[in-house]
Amino acid sequence: MERKIRSNAYRSAGLLGGFVLLIASFILSMRFGFVSISWSDILSSIISYDDGDMNQVVARTARLPRALIAATVGGSLALAGAILQSVTRNPLASPSVLGINAGASIAVVAAITLASIRESEVLMWISFFGAAVAAVAVYALGSLGREGLSPLRIILAGSAMTALFSSLTQGMLVRNESGLQDVLFWLAGSVAGRTIEMLLPVLPFMGVGWLLAFALSRHWNIMAMGEESAKGLGQNMTLMKVAAGLIVILLAGSAVTVAGPIGLIGIIVPHLARGMVGLDYRWLMPYSAVLGASLLLLADLVARFIIFPLEVPVGIMTAALGAPFFIYLARKGRAKL
Amino acid sequence: MSSIANGVASTEASGKKRKSAARVVIGLSLGIIGLSVLYLTMGDSMIGLHRVWQALWGRGGMEDVLIVQTFRAPRLVIGLLVGAALATAGAILQAVIRNPLAAPDVVGITGGASFGAVLFLTVLSGVFGRGLLPVAAIVGAFCASALVYILAWRKGTDSLRLVLVGIGVASLLSAGTSFLLTFSPAYSATSAYIWLTGTIYGSTWGDVVMLAPWLIVFGIILYFNTGNLHAQLLGDEIAIGIGSPVQRHRLLLVSLSVALAGSAVAIGGSIGFVGLIAPHMARRLVGPVIHRVLPVSALIGAIVVAAADLIGRTAFLPLDIPVGVFTSAVGAPFFIYLLYRSRRAG
Repeated sequence: MERKIRSNAYRSAGLLGGFVLLIASFILSMRFGFVSISWSDILSSIISYDDGDMNQVVARTARLPRALIAATVGGSLALAGAILQSVTRNPLASPSVLGINAGASIAVVAAITLASIRESEVLMWISFFGAAVAAVAVYALGSLGREGLSPLRIILAGSAMTALFSSLTQGMLVRNESGLQDVLFWLAGSVAGRTIEMLLPVLPFMGVGWLLAFALSRHWNIMAMGEESAKGLGQNMTLMKVAAGLIVILLAGSAVTVAGPIGLIGIIVPHLARGMVGLDYRWLMPYSAVLGASLLLLADLVARFIIFPLEVPVGIMTAALGAPFFIYLARKGRAKL
Repeated sequence: MSSIANGVASTEASGKKRKSAARVVIGLSLGIIGLSVLYLTMGDSMIGLHRVWQALWGRGGMEDVLIVQTFRAPRLVIGLLVGAALATAGAILQAVIRNPLAAPDVVGITGGASFGAVLFLTVLSGVFGRGLLPVAAIVGAFCASALVYILAWRKGTDSLRLVLVGIGVASLLSAGTSFLLTFSPAYSATSAYIWLTGTIYGSTWGDVVMLAPWLIVFGIILYFNTGNLHAQLLGDEIAIGIGSPVQRHRLLLVSLSVALAGSAVAIGGSIGFVGLIAPHMARRLVGPVIHRVLPVSALIGAIVVAAADLIGRTAFLPLDIPVGVFTSAVGAPFFIYLLYRSRRAG
């Protein structure tokens, strides 16, 4: 991988540009949709909220939470993907490919259909649990083989676990046909129709995940060099793997609780970021977060207009974007695998 | 990559587990007969062995004849056929791709068939009769695997790339499937969803007549190509060295696998993990020689699906749990065992 060494000024400017993109997509996401909301209404819905004005109500109670959720979920999944790509040293790794999203969602579907739990505080813990089980299972499966943690193995293990989880999810849904449509919409991954109350309980956990993900950037650099070199540099591999696992579970689990399993954001974004700033995780992490948030906001915006007036769940959009990208990476050969 | 060859070689070396292929085939056939007897007698209403025998020939009480001849027998036959087809498809794929984790579910065949079928159920079922559902599924399977094959093509196919591209295409297809499901009316979404899980509930003799001829044709083609499959197992260099046109044979064999899996999925929905498990069990029993693996895989696949369906049908009465749920529940632990064993073997 030949990459230009770029000056920090260049990188800071890029990050600033990323923030501008994020803010622009955030505002666009509030502005356009089934009804267009004027700039002044958006502004006053935030500064001087008047619940008699229909447009302001839409902006404040539907668009604003939706944009916030899209931004936080997108950022979280992108960070989780970047961490996974470092730790597994696999460019194809992401929470959805490795089955972590599927694990979280089967746990949530089980809680909803079998125990009729609806409170997002409880669902969140269940989702963390599911993500943790999936992460441990995939890691164990991926590293059991003779060659240890082989990049190919972990992808195959992830896809087998995804197949298992989705089949069990389907089994549960077949037994419970009422509310199938609801759960299906959630399962496809969507940020629509969420209230701010669904995001708030999850937010502290996401926040912890972000902080840790950024704080350990230096270590992701070392992990990405491979197990041998990392050990040689005095890295405590077990500790770092556990830390990475916990962060990914926090990030992916909370993202799934709010938005359902949104696929393949975690795979695209770190690659985009790498193309812009190179391989240094200290820059890669903030870039990934900002780009992930913007990408999900934009994907959600486009999803509102594809079959207007109906909305496509944004998870389908990201899969449609991400799968060709995945195939492109797989085609590019195994030089990096 | 060569773990499949090494794994099987060491199984063979251990020797103790190996039995003569003939004995295995006879044992498995007896197993199928025993399972069939259980299958026909057990269920919502228990029917004694003697009454089943009579009912099979159309004698005895009307109700017995109805249950045995119209409900249980065709479902049993479909279960056996679907299982055998999926297992054979998996065995071919594992040999061609030379990867122990390859299965129709992994490389996009099942995903393509599912997308085709759901597209048909949700959008086109008003236009055409429901009888064309299998065609839609098979077309879907072929398109998806052709897509995988084309996308994985770079001066020939590489088995690793084939698997990875397959996973990518599968996730694209599942996005498409959930798109269709979310935007279709509730009734067709539900029926499509049940189909997706893999169920042979409500199979009729019509299904058998639809499926069996295809399987026989594919089986015959496969019989004449087992030698080529064996060459594929040796690896590209050696296969080319002994004069086998590797890429052409690979295309033919993969198509055969797609056709087998596609027609099975068309009738039974996506019954997961059978194509993964059965060939491994077969290699465990008779060693790596593909001439033996294929028939033994087919028998094992038939047993697995019919047994899983028997459990799904009887264990949670009055609920009828789709067979795909059980095969997945068995398949995942087996997958773990598989990886564990490959470590031990090394």
